[in-house]
Amino acid sequence: MIPAAFEYHRPADLASALSILNTHGDEARVVAGGHSLIPMMKLRMTEIGHLVDLQDIASLRGIEVTSDSVVIGAMTTQHELITSDALATALPIIREAALLIADPQVRYMGTLGGNVANGDPGNDMPGLMQCLDARFTVEGADGPREIKARAYYESAYFTAREEEEILTKVTIPLPAAGHGFAYEKQKRKVGDYATAACGVIVSGDGASVAMTNLADTPIWSEQAGTALAAGDVDGAVAAALAAIDPQEDMRGPIAFKRHVAGVVIRRAMERALTRAKG
Amino acid sequence: MSKMHVKFTLNGEEVEGLAEPRTLLIHFLRENLRITGPHIGCETSHCGACTVDMDGKSVKSCTVFVAQANGADVTTIEGLTNPDGTLSVIQEMFREHHGLQCGYCTPGMITRVHRLLQEHPSPTEEDVRFGIAGNLCRCTGYQNIVKAVLAAADQLNAQKEAAE
Repeated sequence: MIPAAFEYHRPADLASALSILNTHGDEARVVAGGHSLIPMMKLRMTEIGHLVDLQDIASLRGIEVTSDSVVIGAMTTQHELITSDALATALPIIREAALLIADPQVRYMGTLGGNVANGDPGNDMPGLMQCLDARFTVEGADGPREIKARAYYESAYFTAREEEEILTKVTIPLPAAGHGFAYEKQKRKVGDYATAACGVIVSGDGASVAMTNLADTPIWSEQAGTALAAGDVDGAVAAALAAIDPQEDMRGPIAFKRHVAGVVIRRAMERALTRAKG
Repeated sequence: MSKMHVKFTLNGEEVEGLAEPRTLLIHFLRENLRITGPHIGCETSHCGACTVDMDGKSVKSCTVFVAQANGADVTTIEGLTNPDGTLSVIQEMFREHHGLQCGYCTPGMITRVHRLLQEHPSPTEEDVRFGIAGNLCRCTGYQNIVKAVLAAADQLNAQKEAAE
């Protein structure tokens, strides 16, 4: 399991990283935690001429909680998300979801930015970020721009980020105080991607429902949120199921995935409702 | 492709060498440095037999390029025995509680447990099972591993108390 040869770069700041990407075009790829990319390279499903390691860029790290939002640097690891008490107080759904990702060793290395950027439909954070209506900041030679998580995913591994841009941070507006939340995931074993997963937020301001690995992109269902906000759980589950498009694979045939999705979505909604205060 | 010069701290000592950037850390440790404690089990980021401690994190060294470890502080099972070469508390408890059978997963398991007990000095059984979920053992059924880890935690806490 030895990947094809590449040139290794470890820039100290974002400007240097962007300049390497500009010089080498689609020959270059950035690596964050590497736990999606390196396995693909070892299988030789991805060949990269220039690997740009972002680990030394301090400006890409950190969690900042303000009165109305949370800003998380792209290189913040899942382990750091889980162990941040400030984040757990402001947005407990992130810890709940991050604890369901892979296993401890992978969570020490895997990053939020890597998880949301590469467009793997199996990743959990993209659906969660759509549920939370997060915004991704991507930065290229022309400076930074923001893309809403709900507009970022085009199809499996295709996103609104250009090749020479780097996803630098994620901004999440805080849901209303006392909001109910749940991230529910069914997986075959530790370390597997979801057979079906669903994130739900409910508050006085409304409800939001998004799903993971049930189509070639994460799916946010506005109709499911509207129904759930009106207290119609059956209608919300039906709307969510109408929005997904699961494919048959080693996790099961379509009918099975739809069944599991129905169970997972309902559990997430019911748990979020129980947790909502006021 | 040209080789790069890599240098990092391994079990408290500086090590260096030449390697292609694509060399995986596990291969560099085993083949260049002859550090054969960390094992290659699946080589696909699943089994945890290659677990090492890198900058205070448990990592699967089959999923890290040696280039990424340049400048890091790496500890393997070789660095976890007592300074006089006797078994550490965690190792002793694995022996005492029969926390291994074939022993193949044990170096990775103990290296992971070392970090787990730094972060959770008094874990519950559930904490232990969740904390070692990235390390597969095909012999024991985990029961005696969990016993060994809980016993090691008790003993380390007792030592800490006695020292205070």
